[in-house]
Amino acid sequence: MKPAPFDYVAPTTIDAACALLAEAGGGALVLAGGQTLMPLLALRMSQPFIVVDINRIDALKGVTRVEGGTRIGPVTRQNDIITDTILAEALPGLVTATQHVGHHQTRDRGTVGGSIAFGEPAAELPAAAVALGATIEARSIRGTRRIAADALYLGPYATALEPDELVTAIHFPDWPAGTITLFREVARRPGDFALVGLIGAFAVTGGRIARVGIAWFGMGPTPIRARQAEAALRGQPAAGLDARGVAALAVADTAPFDDHHATAEYRRTVGERIFSRALAEASVLF
Amino acid sequence: MAIRINGTETRAPADPRVSLLDLLRETLHLTGTKKGCNQGACGACTVLADGERILSCLALAVQFEGRSITTIEGLAGQDGMHPLQLAFIEHDGFQCGYCTPGQICSAVGMAAELARGAPSAVTTDLGAATVRFTGEEARERMSGNLCRCGAHNGIIAAITQTYAGAAL
Ligand code: FES
Ligand code: FES
Repeated sequence: MKPAPFDYVAPTTIDAACALLAEAGGGALVLAGGQTLMPLLALRMSQPFIVVDINRIDALKGVTRVEGGTRIGPVTRQNDIITDTILAEALPGLVTATQHVGHHQTRDRGTVGGSIAFGEPAAELPAAAVALGATIEARSIRGTRRIAADALYLGPYATALEPDELVTAIHFPDWPAGTITLFREVARRPGDFALVGLIGAFAVTGGRIARVGIAWFGMGPTPIRARQAEAALRGQPAAGLDARGVAALAVADTAPFDDHHATAEYRRTVGERIFSRALAEASVLF
Repeated sequence: MAIRINGTETRAPADPRVSLLDLLRETLHLTGTKKGCNQGACGACTVLADGERILSCLALAVQFEGRSITTIEGLAGQDGMHPLQLAFIEHDGFQCGYCTPGQICSAVGMAAELARGAPSAVTTDLGAATVRFTGEEARERMSGNLCRCGAHNGIIAAITQTYAGAAL
């Protein structure tokens, strides 16, 4: 199977890439790791007339510490997230989430930015970006803007990014020392997309939950923030949490559907169970 | 710029749509690398790009200009087969053989990852300079290579014989 004809360009600067995207007027697609785009091209589900390969743009790669957080270049490979020493320290939850993305082979090519910008609702990294409060820096010839991960996802594979915009960085804010991140995923086989998954970060100061971010994946058309559960937890004493009650609230914000992998009912039931168990386990650590 | 394939310089295809897998199989007739699903699900097309295992069906050949690709055809040395190839034979690590080149390239890449201490989802000692080989590590790390003949136990046995305890 061959993709429909397209022109291929591999610019080496962000400006050149943005100029190409602007010129294409919506007919271009950005190629990062290609682990999602390549099958879409081969199946002719995507038919861009120009493919802008951003793999040769060094400015889009790597992890750096910035004021108040960590900046990840979108073309950083998923496997490089797993072995990054800055992230091991600053965002262990992101590292754990990334270990569950696909298989080793796909992570050698697959990128952080590609996964976040594609917005597969059952994928780990979009949910991690939402839970951990990331912002996405997008650039076009019109300028640069920042979009909260929370506001990025509009529907399955639909994001607030404009066709001429290139993701140039993902900024993750720092969480206080001692923050506990929970990651749970239920999938049929390792490497499959999740049937149900969640990632939650909990910062406890003086015995109270000072900051919390929780997002589901595989539980609706987008990654879904568990807003009601977050609100119920914020400011509460970390000891003696009603794990089951909070889990029920967390599931109340989801919108899972039936598909050939699992029913919505199954997802809700399993979601509630893994959430309450995870919270009960975490409360021992708080 | 050329693509180096098993040590031989090859010109990148003029048509950017050609995947690395199709370049190998259709242009160079290196048919050891297999096309199972052509969409990243099976691992049959696994090759090594500068030592890193990748799925050649999910890569455009033109992206690999200036890089070095090793396929199953490039693994054997002067004095015969790669030790892992011999171990696959000894342990019946295959039946139809379709997944085998991908399994072997993948496992060679995996051994290098253990040696440089890259952790997986089941690694417990995250700080170690090298990751110790265990059956559990091998199963987790080989999850991207499916075998429809169900030879997985033979595959793990072959990999274990080759890499467990070996100075990686
Ligand atoms: S052919 Fe490439 S993963 Fe199946
Ligand atoms: S030996 Fe037949 S698919 Fe693995």
